[in-house]
Amino acid sequence: MLADKDRIFTNLYGLHDWGLEGARARGDWDGTKEILARGRDAIVDEIKASGLRGRGGAGFPTGLKWSFMPKESDGRVHYLIVNADEGEPGTCKDRDIIRHDPHKLIEGCLIAGFAMGAETAYIYIRGEFHHEANVLEIAIQQARDAGLLGDDACGSGWRFDIHVHRGAGAYICGEETALIESLEGKKGQPRLKPPFPAASGLYGCPSTVNNVESIAVVPTIMRRGASWFAGLGRENNTGTKLFCISGHVNKPCNVEEEMSIPLKELIEKHAGGVRGGWENLLAVIPGGSSVPCLPSTICNDVLMDFDSLKDARSGLGTAAVIVMDKSTDIVRAITRLAQFYKHESCGQCTPCREGTGWMWRIMERLATGEANVEEIDMLEEVSRQVEGHTICALGDAAAWPIQGLIRHFRPELERRILDRQVGGAAAAE
Amino acid sequence: MPKLTIDGIEFEAEAGSSVLQACEALGIEIPRFCYHERLSVAGNCRMCLVEMERSPKPVASCAMPVAEGMVIHTNTETVKKARNGVMEFLLINHPLDCPICDQGGECDLQDQAMAYGKDSSRYHEHKRAVKDKYMGPLVKTIMTRCIHCTRCVRFATEIAGVPELGLLGRGEGAEISTYLEKALASELSGNVIDLCPVGALTSKPYAFHARSWELGKTESIDAMDAVGAAIRIDSRGNEVMRVLPRLNDDVNEEWLSDRSRFACDGLRRQRLDKPYVRGADGKLAPASWDEALAAVTSKLGGIDGSKIAAIAGDQCDAESMFALKSLMESLGSPNLDCRQEGAVLDGSGARAGYIFNSGFAGIEDADALLIVGSNPRIEAPVVNARIRKRWLLGDFPVGVIGQQADLTYEYDYLGAGPQTLGEIASGKHPFAKVLQKAERPMIIVGMGALARTDGAAVLAAARKVAEDTGAAGRDWNGFNILHTASARVGGLDLGFVPGEGGRDVAGIMEGAEKGNIEAVYLLAADEIDMNRFGKAFVIYQGHHGDMGAHRADVILPGAAYTEKSGTWVNSEGRVQRGQRAAFPPGEAKEDWTILRALSGVMDKTLPFDTLTALREQMARAYPVFATLDDLVPAQWGAFGTADGALGEGAFAPAIANFYMTCPISRASETMAECTAVFVNGGKEATGTDG
Repeated sequence: MLADKDRIFTNLYGLHDWGLEGARARGDWDGTKEILARGRDAIVDEIKASGLRGRGGAGFPTGLKWSFMPKESDGRVHYLIVNADEGEPGTCKDRDIIRHDPHKLIEGCLIAGFAMGAETAYIYIRGEFHHEANVLEIAIQQARDAGLLGDDACGSGWRFDIHVHRGAGAYICGEETALIESLEGKKGQPRLKPPFPAASGLYGCPSTVNNVESIAVVPTIMRRGASWFAGLGRENNTGTKLFCISGHVNKPCNVEEEMSIPLKELIEKHAGGVRGGWENLLAVIPGGSSVPCLPSTICNDVLMDFDSLKDARSGLGTAAVIVMDKSTDIVRAITRLAQFYKHESCGQCTPCREGTGWMWRIMERLATGEANVEEIDMLEEVSRQVEGHTICALGDAAAWPIQGLIRHFRPELERRILDRQVGGAAAAE
Repeated sequence: MPKLTIDGIEFEAEAGSSVLQACEALGIEIPRFCYHERLSVAGNCRMCLVEMERSPKPVASCAMPVAEGMVIHTNTETVKKARNGVMEFLLINHPLDCPICDQGGECDLQDQAMAYGKDSSRYHEHKRAVKDKYMGPLVKTIMTRCIHCTRCVRFATEIAGVPELGLLGRGEGAEISTYLEKALASELSGNVIDLCPVGALTSKPYAFHARSWELGKTESIDAMDAVGAAIRIDSRGNEVMRVLPRLNDDVNEEWLSDRSRFACDGLRRQRLDKPYVRGADGKLAPASWDEALAAVTSKLGGIDGSKIAAIAGDQCDAESMFALKSLMESLGSPNLDCRQEGAVLDGSGARAGYIFNSGFAGIEDADALLIVGSNPRIEAPVVNARIRKRWLLGDFPVGVIGQQADLTYEYDYLGAGPQTLGEIASGKHPFAKVLQKAERPMIIVGMGALARTDGAAVLAAARKVAEDTGAAGRDWNGFNILHTASARVGGLDLGFVPGEGGRDVAGIMEGAEKGNIEAVYLLAADEIDMNRFGKAFVIYQGHHGDMGAHRADVILPGAAYTEKSGTWVNSEGRVQRGQRAAFPPGEAKEDWTILRALSGVMDKTLPFDTLTALREQMARAYPVFATLDDLVPAQWGAFGTADGALGEGAFAPAIANFYMTCPISRASETMAECTAVFVNGGKEATGTDG
């Protein structure tokens, strides 16, 4: 269990002042000038050494991502874009960071922006986060007034400012290139890659899109050192992580824990255990709606990190742990997710536009058993036809929960179909 | 140049090209729906997926730039499976109504389904239905068929410059629509029909009229404007069903203006299908060819050549103009003119003085542009698209003198009339500096600037600007005249202008009013004031019962441009040959044969019996006609040297209504609808119109 001294988000629950004074009391904005004085390369190297992997879902090494930004500007400005469009069902970590600890994010923006030669950061915040956006705006103004942002941010000589942009409610705008399109005032549709944002992003300029949590942990890593961060968790899965535990647990919560904590320990220690006891567990979606669910047998000993969950053919995603006990209609649950992806598909590319609707409709029938057993395999095949063939990862995200369901709960699907067939036959007699 | 391996073949691809283009260069066919060479890459149909080594997923080849050491597979099981999957997705919500779809037989989806589709569907849910959208009188929509490739959206936004189409909604609910449910207001709108890979956007006038496989296809040249676009005329029996563009990178790329494409229904209406002679009762009565030619002969034979005049129309082929000129010469008449609008251009001067010297493709090399008295969007939409294409690349200042219209690109509006041109010519105007600074400045002079009393002075001023700014340099000639009539450059090349002491169009009319001109031969000339011929005997040889035929004393029925093999010279001075796609209706004949027959009856027999012989003689007399399809750079020589003061009045538009400029388009119902919607603002007809 993570020791209190190793916590980064010390005001996660909003028990203290979120403003600048409170933040300073918790150690934020301490020695920021000195951190910047270490230079761009040193910051990037420190983050690389810390092993920080992106907290938005894909888990790409953050330092490596920063290093893709051009070292020298070719005349174009550089942009840091913070993805605060937290829309992944089950996830609510960025929201708590922004409303309770906004200065962690703001300071992180400055350091990250400096490290990639950006003088401007945009924070693209989910439109529904009205209060959070207000808090963030106030916090940014506090930082400006205190000279922490502006022409001479923190007295470092680096000019830096942050702008908050509110989204309008589309899930797809959380995809980094769709987010950039939306930020430019266009319809949020993912772009083709290459070119990657680091080569041509916002307004055609080199840009890096990072998740709120990835940026917010940066100042602490810089202050406490990469080795401290790398010392937590397992190799390649280092540091602390915010877990969002929801569903059939006794005490749903957000909690900062060490990476690689066993799932069972996470649920039992922090969420008060599964409703009705661990034995009552049916399945867990370990990383937000986009990753395949895990049955209780796997949940017993799986570790909550990127590699362990990947080995279990799921993913850490955003670390939003959705717990389902045995009262859950798992087929209905996954059907609801299929409907969500069908609703949120941008419609740009064929497999996702057509496939999400098809998969959802089959799922609707499977939920009631109104299908043939062969259709389970067909559904699996359709999901494979979507997966990996789309412009962005939404296609994958739509396919995985269904694949997880078929992989682990096939007997349940078959039972419903047979029940209905038998029931129908009985009724016909 | 990056070296990559495609299906085991090592290949050096052009830097900056895509994997798809590299595959094409190797002759490997990649299926695609959204990709189009002339549009931006969307990468959304996912049909062109290929396997790339070291990439965990298949990649869209249209969007993947080639890179050194890339290894691509296009024929593996993975690729086949991926494409099959995409095809299945495209078809699940496609209505599969091919038997009643106008795209049937020329449908990309149909064709590619043969290679990647299945013979039956495993989609058992309800299919999506989409409400049809209104896109105006030309484009019919059946949006349920749409596969959301967005080619039409990209065309409208990028090429046509009218950002009125878009993808509304998202996911399954995404629909292509005009944002405001208004007609697509572009002179190039018909091209979205060609671009649409399925039957979602089809031709409204052509709907349910024919199937593509039952049409005869004739490759020809468009004569509806002076662009000379390459076209394919599709006909069934003797009826032209539709006109489509062909590829010609130098001229029209692969676009065609709406008038050229859709006016073909005018070929079926108001046709002159037999000769007429005006009787003693003052009424036109049908006559035989012998009677009609005899009537002409008896009139023309009895008067002096100086009292006879001939005017050639806007769509005449060079052969018939050559024949008419020869006939007039043998009658001793110097009163010839082909410039109905009265432009001051003179065929006797240097050729560089009346053609589009840089060629249309040259627009892409220019780095500054001055447009004088022209609205290229209306006068030559395809050329305008080329200007827009250049403008989109940036660093291309455009100045306009004349009508202030939406040209689909930004420009500096410099002034309305010749005074502004005079200021530029004298170097006082700031835009003169812009042109001087440019390496390859271009000047486009339209008919609106030249068809006026001070036209000669305007031409002289334009010439001066060209010489002063380097637009008419040794290696670069950006002095360009943009014509509106397909016959004009040919007419000027043939010297179909007043001879020694001869009268021009205005002079002919004046002479006719005063009785000095006693007979006028109109070769399909309809764009002049027919009330001004006084008592003159008017012979009208043409294809439509338009203005000229109403005034005529003798009507000799000729052929429209689709009904004859003829030569047209476009604005660039490019000599091109059109082919006959149908026969002239009834007793009507190809025009040169009418003149040849008349000459025989008149005992002034023209010295050619076949079209080949005529062309040989024409090319001998005017060597430019021996250069088919290629551009011959014209020498900078004497023209536009006339003195005279620049006038005051603003340059008037050369074309009032884009949709009706000639007898064919005036007879076209489609063009009438377009006029109602686009020109008259779609106001509802009232009273007896209703």
